[in-house]
Amino acid sequence: MNAAAPAAALEAEGLCKSFRAVRALDHVDLTLRYGEVTALLGDNGAGKSTFVKCVAGVYAPDAGVLRVDGVATSITTPDAARALGIETVHQTLAVIDTLDVAENLFLNREHTRGGPIGAWLGVLDKKRMRSETEHILERLGIRIPSLRHSMGALSGGQRQAVAIGRATAWGRQIVMLDEPAAALGVEQAARVLELILNLREGGAAVLLITHNMDRVSEVCDRAVVLRQGRKTAEVAVGDVTKDDLVGYITGAKSQQAHS
Amino acid sequence: MIKRALQRRQFAAPRQYVVYAAAVLIFGLFAVVLRDDGFVTASNLLNIGRQAAPIAVMAVGMAFALGAAEIDLSIGSVAALSSLVVADAVGSLGFAAGVAITLAIGMGIGAVNGFIAVKVRIPSFLVTLGTLGIVSGVARNLNNLQSLPIRNDTYLNVFGAGSLGPISSLLIWTVIVGVVGHLVLHQLRWGRHVLAVGADRSAAGALGIKTDRVRIAALIASATAASLAGMLLAGRLAIGRHDLGENLLLTVIAAVVIGGTNLFGGRASVAGAIAGSIVMAMLNNGLILMGLRVADQLIARGAIIILAVALSMREQKET
Ligand SMILES: Nc1ncnc2c1ncn2[C@@H]1O[C@H](COP(=O)(O)OP(=O)(O)O)[C@@H](O)[C@H]1O
Ligand SMILES: [Mg+2]
Repeated sequence: MNAAAPAAALEAEGLCKSFRAVRALDHVDLTLRYGEVTALLGDNGAGKSTFVKCVAGVYAPDAGVLRVDGVATSITTPDAARALGIETVHQTLAVIDTLDVAENLFLNREHTRGGPIGAWLGVLDKKRMRSETEHILERLGIRIPSLRHSMGALSGGQRQAVAIGRATAWGRQIVMLDEPAAALGVEQAARVLELILNLREGGAAVLLITHNMDRVSEVCDRAVVLRQGRKTAEVAVGDVTKDDLVGYITGAKSQQAHS
Repeated sequence: MIKRALQRRQFAAPRQYVVYAAAVLIFGLFAVVLRDDGFVTASNLLNIGRQAAPIAVMAVGMAFALGAAEIDLSIGSVAALSSLVVADAVGSLGFAAGVAITLAIGMGIGAVNGFIAVKVRIPSFLVTLGTLGIVSGVARNLNNLQSLPIRNDTYLNVFGAGSLGPISSLLIWTVIVGVVGHLVLHQLRWGRHVLAVGADRSAAGALGIKTDRVRIAALIASATAASLAGMLLAGRLAIGRHDLGENLLLTVIAAVVIGGTNLFGGRASVAGAIAGSIVMAMLNNGLILMGLRVADQLIARGAIIILAVALSMREQKET
């Protein structure tokens, strides 16, 4: 990396995670920088989602160090990750089908009313959450017919849009998106890419998991490739072709990873 | 797609009101069929209300357990044990201490249920089946199968035959539990988290909701409500006995599910649970007035419960 490289937002060093005999992550080093979009590539089962979950506080890594803004932290719960400004769209979306859009958007970050007592009891400020939801969806250009719909009644693309909205709405500085455009139509996928570019413009550090090499070359600055839990390549997207990337993913090509 | 969803929603909305329609329908039916047997007399309606009260209180607690995708099979035995404990404790320690101790025991049983289910990872239906046996056994040992009379007037007023003005205290308890339960479920963060955990535990966990705590608390709510229901049963009859309320489990589950709560979590209705309890109490009452023998009542009630639950679950699946 040259001297002008933007500051590191998140650094993972030697991250390991095993599920019984499966080494899902094997000493993975990865750095996300402010104002950059990093692609995390790899075949199914390469360990991409596991990496995201370790950073998001869903899984506890077996070994390794995570640094946020240069400070070593242990992210043991999803709340801890959120408190550090890390937002995630999980591959499974983590939306609750029986709750409506506003309820999902504010789940576990609900506004309360009634002062300190209301906060202690957790009295929901539904009006405020509903109106903020309208603003958030409008700002992000997400169109939902009615906020009162339960998520289960929405299309796959709309559900995904809400999940992405939830992660990107709060002006957070580190955003990880695990295959965010997988269920989307052309128009909505373009909208997601636009959201990602907006985040970058706002200075955020973004991690994007995708299988679509066109998207990588459109919006990503760097690409990290995982293969069977190991990092096999880290490249500047401008320096390589799509075929190179596919080669790294399939293992046809290899590179000594350097940081 | 969106339009279809909209239309479905419009049809779906009234479905949660099925239980209220059923209540009116059954009332009308019995009012006609059983008009010579005194179904619509003031004393019989009061009787139905008094029967419904403990069912409703347990049903509200069960709505939280089911909403969180747990189930509490120990509620009948907890109610029975509570009736005995309160009869004894009110006699020896006085009203306030007796009631407090009984509720504390209910909460404790719920905490044990929840803790084992969550930390030892045993499904709550197995854990609570176990506590059902243990608690029934303890209740049977406590007074050698004898009933314990309650002579504390304050207790009998507050939890039994008493009334506030013209309103029976049993009814007042039902309303209090219903209103509190409704507000907790729909106005408090915790209620929303119960439903989120019940709908999709791993999604809720990924968002940082403390799913263990929520599940334990839901099982504490159901056991505590069962304990209160046991105190109401004891107050109504002025005795504590090892089997009071023991056979109400299926009735309560039916009341809750008919009322629109999803048997598998994620959706719950407190108002529906109370309406469902009234439906179940009317059915019980009607079967008795029809002159069915106890054995036949059991058969009829079982069949009605399966039918009612099957119908309401079909409704839920379609939404
Ligand atoms: N919760 C889990 N329990 C057991 N094995 C898991 C779990 N999560 C992931 N794995 C395994 O870890 C490996 C990496 O999975 P994952 O991170 O989901 O891959 P990717 O997202 O790159 O497709 C796979 O072999 C997968 O089967
Ligand atoms: Mg994945």
